Amino acid sequence: MALGGMFRNAAAIYLHLVGPFRGKKSGASLARCLHQTLAMTKRLQARRLDGIDHNPWVEFVKLASEADVVNLGQGFPDFPPPDFAVEAFQHAVSGDFMLNQYTKAFGYPPLTKILASFFGKLLGQDIDPLKNVLVTVGAYGALFTAFQALVDEGDEVIIIEPFFDCYEPMTLMAGGRPVFVSLKPSPNQDGELDSSSSWQLDPTELASKFTSRTKALILNTPNNPLGKVFSRAELELVASLCQQHDVVCITDEVYQWLVYDGCQHVSIATLPGMWERTLTIGSAGKTFSATGWKVGWVLGPDSLLKHLRTMHQNSIFHCPTQAQAAVAQSFEREQLHFGQPSSYFVQLPQAIQRCRDHMIQSLKSVGLRPVIPQGSYFLITDISEFKSKMPNLPGAADEPYDRRFVKWMIKNKGLMAIPVSIFCSVPHQELFDHYIRFCFMKDESTLRAMDKKLQKWKDELRP
Amino acid sequence: MFLARGRLCTLGSRPKFLKTICASKILGLSTSAKMSLKFKNAKRIEGLDSNVWIEFTKLAADPSVVNLGQGLPDISPPVYVKEELSKIAAIDSLNQYTRGFGHPSLVKALSCLYEKFYQNQINPNKEILVTVGAYGSLFNAIQGLIDEGDEVIVIVPFYDCYEPMVRMAGAIPVFIPLRSVYTKEELQVIADLCIKYDTLCISDEVYEWLVYTGNKHFKIATFPGMWERTITIGSAGKTFSVTGWKLGWSIGPKHLIKHLQTVQQNTVYTCATPLQEALAQALWIDIKRMDDPECYFNSLPKELEVKRNRMVHLLESVGLKPIVPDGGYFIIADVSLLDTDLSDMKNSNEPYDYKFVKWMTKNKKLSAIPVSAFCNAETKLQFEKFVRFCFIKKDSTLDAAEEIIKAWSRLKF
Repeated sequence: MALGGMFRNAAAIYLHLVGPFRGKKSGASLARCLHQTLAMTKRLQARRLDGIDHNPWVEFVKLASEADVVNLGQGFPDFPPPDFAVEAFQHAVSGDFMLNQYTKAFGYPPLTKILASFFGKLLGQDIDPLKNVLVTVGAYGALFTAFQALVDEGDEVIIIEPFFDCYEPMTLMAGGRPVFVSLKPSPNQDGELDSSSSWQLDPTELASKFTSRTKALILNTPNNPLGKVFSRAELELVASLCQQHDVVCITDEVYQWLVYDGCQHVSIATLPGMWERTLTIGSAGKTFSATGWKVGWVLGPDSLLKHLRTMHQNSIFHCPTQAQAAVAQSFEREQLHFGQPSSYFVQLPQAIQRCRDHMIQSLKSVGLRPVIPQGSYFLITDISEFKSKMPNLPGAADEPYDRRFVKWMIKNKGLMAIPVSIFCSVPHQELFDHYIRFCFMKDESTLRAMDKKLQKWKDELRP
Repeated sequence: MFLARGRLCTLGSRPKFLKTICASKILGLSTSAKMSLKFKNAKRIEGLDSNVWIEFTKLAADPSVVNLGQGLPDISPPVYVKEELSKIAAIDSLNQYTRGFGHPSLVKALSCLYEKFYQNQINPNKEILVTVGAYGSLFNAIQGLIDEGDEVIVIVPFYDCYEPMVRMAGAIPVFIPLRSVYTKEELQVIADLCIKYDTLCISDEVYEWLVYTGNKHFKIATFPGMWERTITIGSAGKTFSVTGWKLGWSIGPKHLIKHLQTVQQNTVYTCATPLQEALAQALWIDIKRMDDPECYFNSLPKELEVKRNRMVHLLESVGLKPIVPDGGYFIIADVSLLDTDLSDMKNSNEPYDYKFVKWMTKNKKLSAIPVSAFCNAETKLQFEKFVRFCFIKKDSTLDAAEEIIKAWSRLKF
């Protein structure tokens, strides 16, 4: 058998091999191998994975693991969780050995109880731990469960750009159609740095996105990557449209405690008429600086949560017990200290605001123009000057500028950030390809290392 | 009441909406048909809301009930497993995100362990995926590889989640009853059919270490022609008696695993870091002593075989007919000889074993799981006289069960 000639036409090869070798048990083992390999080249993956297999993070995470790069890319703290949270986890893993076994599927009871009580007060709702709370594997898992439970083939989901990148593939995997509407910066008058508050939705444009097929709108406040904290007025606009068009609002509020300059986080579920149509998602990882625990939750009316429970019991069923116990104990501690200077929810944003301000000053020194975020772990920075001075950075022909810039910056300046075009729909990439996202949820030593790199960069800029 | 009133006040300028809220809250009617339509569940979960575990664990939650239902060990996990997790809880770097497809030291340990069983090397990054329990692996495999309209053969009785997961993927389950144990010959028949019809095989091997004297576990993926078409699923929970860690794994060829990885990056993205590291350390301890009787993979089945024999003897002694399991930690028994009068049990549409277990839980303070929960609608009748008992229980639990069963039999005979 001349192997060379066989690979010209895969279909013919398949028929050629299958014919003579069907039913043979021994002998032409090589040909049988080929049969199997070729047979397996038929489409294997389910159609629901179409268009969602690409993972933009993989490339950048790989680059960041190279030596001597200061990682300001991915959104996780490089400092420890607070002592009380660490102790809570230690207690959970060394106490009652039955915590090594399954707990209740919809949430470890002390956790659902404290979440109901804590958020009941915050949201001004009577929250039932069994009906209005679902514990999930991170807020990521909560988002997935919500999309799968509610979004059907052909349903439209309104996504506000820039958006945490998983919203689009999750919509697609559920057979939904993402409908994008962009936050846009207001023109900058005085050359001062922009604030994330100046990035706004056009009310008319937003209204035009709602159709009879709109099932849900996904809101993220404080927003990743921009750091915008939606004001009450902005939320009222979204709320009135959701009510008018009978749309479910999925609100991702993982950064709810990380708000700066006296900004207030407002949960849209507290607005009139919204509790019954809102799913409010939170994250222990972001709340207690312990992203590796992967505990999240959804709060909402039973009429919606019952569908998420059905989805949950047919996907992962239970979440790990001990991490839930640690989160429960941590919330119990915070409930005792709520609103006081000793509360982690008071101390953390104060400390991180300093990190934010430090980073903003440092980035300015090399001609980057950060947008001052009102909240979250992140800020975006305008790289337009670099785009005009060095337009031809190495990269693929259609690769957005910000991705090429980030790769260049990692390689040449030892700093890692994330290109903001990752957080946009493909058609709108040019709106955002001159921004990159930095994470300032970092230890002092990391920020000092960043300063060293920036100082070197600044020196290189001098003529 | 107070909150509703508060909200109604602020809606002054919206009479239409005010009317809707008033009517639905005060009259308890769903006046807005439009609203209820929009909040309907997605079709994929239609009809999948009931769940045997939710129903029966609620019943067994009464602390006076001896719970032999859910597969939940009430024995302690091995000391070194608990110790590893304690040590890890003190390491700061393990409190943040790890690699999405599996914590590096864990996939390396899994690769090292399973290479002992497969003829090929296993690439830890491309041929292994760590998931939220074996349940998560099943979900990822089905969502990643099975399309609407595909047929999936399910062997009856089956772990109950297979059917709803297959249906959720829009596929059609085809049920085939099990006639014998999975001997090597039977597995070969299955393998030959998979190869002949170019079918994928998802092999749930969570109880792989729990095989009793005279039996051997065969991995179908090791049969010729099967590696490239098989996903093999394992579970930390069942391996180390730590069901609450919810860590599982899928092992298979990269052209299949990559699709499970795609599902992962769009569902949970990563699993918990400290638990994965602890699991890796526990695995290394036992990988180094695979032939040692102290290795948990050897000591647990020995421990459980004693419990199995005890349960078998106990059930036989009261006229129940247990089917002696060659592996796993469950035993099913035919309860028809007890001839229990269940006529006062409500809900006569339920299969006999559902009613029997509810009656037994309430009246005898002993819980089990009805075996028809592990059957499709058509085969439920065949198994409705069987109930399933879990025996990965401490001696005092089995003592309590023994007391109940003996007292029960004294009433009858």
